[in-house]
Amino acid sequence: MSGGHSTYTPKTGIGRWIDARMPLPRLVYDSFIAYPVPRNLNYAYTFGGILAIMLVAQILTGVVLAMHYVADTRLAFDAVEKIMRDVNSGWLLRYLHSNGASMFFFAVYIHIFRGLYYGSYKAPRELLWILGCIIYLLMMATGFMGYVLPWGQMSFWGATVITGFFTAIPLVGTWIQELLLGGFAVDNPTLNRFFALHYLLPFMIAGVVVLHVWALHVVGQTNPTGIEVKSKTDTVAFTPYATIKDGFAMLLFFLLFAWFVFYIPNFLGHPDNYIPANPLKTPAHIVPEWYFLPFYAILRAITFNIGPIDSKLGGVLAMFGAIAVLFVVPWLDTSKVRSAVYRPWYKLFFWLFVIDAIFLGWLGSRPAEGSYVAMAQVATLYYFAFFIVVMPVLGLIETPKRMPNSITEAVLAKNKGGAGHPAGATASPETKG
Amino acid sequence: MSADDTIDPSRRDFLYIATGMAGVVGAGALAWPFIDQMRPDASTLALSSVEVDVSSLTPGMSLTVKWRGKPVFIRNRTPEEIEVAQKVSLNELKDPLARNANLTSDAPANDLDRSAGEGKENWLVMIGVCTHLGCIPLGQQGEYGGWFCPCHGSSYDTAGRIRKGPAPENMAVPVFSFISDTKIRVG
Repeated sequence: MSGGHSTYTPKTGIGRWIDARMPLPRLVYDSFIAYPVPRNLNYAYTFGGILAIMLVAQILTGVVLAMHYVADTRLAFDAVEKIMRDVNSGWLLRYLHSNGASMFFFAVYIHIFRGLYYGSYKAPRELLWILGCIIYLLMMATGFMGYVLPWGQMSFWGATVITGFFTAIPLVGTWIQELLLGGFAVDNPTLNRFFALHYLLPFMIAGVVVLHVWALHVVGQTNPTGIEVKSKTDTVAFTPYATIKDGFAMLLFFLLFAWFVFYIPNFLGHPDNYIPANPLKTPAHIVPEWYFLPFYAILRAITFNIGPIDSKLGGVLAMFGAIAVLFVVPWLDTSKVRSAVYRPWYKLFFWLFVIDAIFLGWLGSRPAEGSYVAMAQVATLYYFAFFIVVMPVLGLIETPKRMPNSITEAVLAKNKGGAGHPAGATASPETKG
Repeated sequence: MSADDTIDPSRRDFLYIATGMAGVVGAGALAWPFIDQMRPDASTLALSSVEVDVSSLTPGMSLTVKWRGKPVFIRNRTPEEIEVAQKVSLNELKDPLARNANLTSDAPANDLDRSAGEGKENWLVMIGVCTHLGCIPLGQQGEYGGWFCPCHGSSYDTAGRIRKGPAPENMAVPVFSFISDTKIRVG
């Protein structure tokens, strides 16, 4: 997108000296200052930046919390309480970290939905999308293991249920479960290794984020029209345009974050996790963190055997399948039009999917009995139908709306309130998108 | 070193293959300890048996002991519970196998093979872990009068057999024996 040639010219002697030896300033300049971005990016496109800063925030608060935490079943619960009561500013750091995880997932869901709405996964951005899916998987593993560390009742029983998934695998399931647990039940070896991995995985996420941003900068950003950048008038420079827009969105996001941290820090948690883990007593109602609830609902929706697959394995397969299907989205969507803006039917099914996902999340928080099970089965059916039926079929039968010839044309048509004047060539990049 | 290539190509090929082979075997051999260390360690395996005094259990009473980090239910069943369980025919069961570690793996899930055996039909000893995803079922609840798992709604009957819900198997009977009339060794 940048045309591959750098416009960086170091101004000082030191700048030239570094540039000749290791051109890191040039890389930063080309990636985050001169880098051209579509001029019509809206606020849905600011969540990439928000996610990057949330990752940094989680690593920072996490590293300092690790200085006060003890990964031992006899001490872990008290260590967390000690952070809350005795450690200077410990309560703030812990609430920032626990609510930060929720904000991180909140942002990633908007980021994923934005990608699905604007068709960001379509060629040539398949690898970019898959790298994003890998980051999401790593985030889930990290979030899950982090929730185990306070060693409350939900920590313990959440870990028991989730490691129990692996026993559904035929033949080797129990062996794998014991390998993960380091014993026959969740216990000290489990807590210890989860802590080690919880510390490691964020750095792996950071590594994949680098690949994600690299892939993004090779193919360039999409935009709400889904039309590729065609001329210089379609773009603006990353700095100041995207920088200030991302910065402003981050600020608003931090206001929301602060509201949770300072006013309702336990709203997204579960009261049972303030009871120390008890291996002999299961809480009446085990629920995972809110960001896993839709998948939990899918797990519990499979209450029937499917041929040789029993209901337990079926539930686990459906749950992992719900995530795995994201990886093949670029090949499931057959439409030639990228953005839902020009796809009236896709737009409708997309919003139904959003409602369905939120509904599944709500069902995941309910007990698995009565009409909730039937509702979860219907919602699970639509979840998969959206990817496996709607995406491929709609692309073939849907008549898209007429598309503008370029980003510039779309922007100008919107600003003048009229229908597409091809005046792109005369537009100045300062025009607001 | 192109001269060497023409003089003795097989020497380089040999070194290439030998190094590659050593690398693959070495990496595999070194990977194993990294995986192996995650398995249950010696101290965990050492806690492999517990002895329980059951003399205080009158019919209708249960106790729970911890064995290998898991609860084991020991129940002295009432005659009614035994009768109800004996009346169930095998084709009504979701899992027709006894899952009793003291018997062969194809033993049927009739009440006798679920219990401590002939003469001790009133004793039911089993790992109190739901075979679905590992929660601990609540005793004497659910529509079959046995155990009910609050997590995902599995119901077990008075012989600990799965009757309804997502759990695939009957609750497991661990290796155990009566070392005297009032003492059970689990493990």
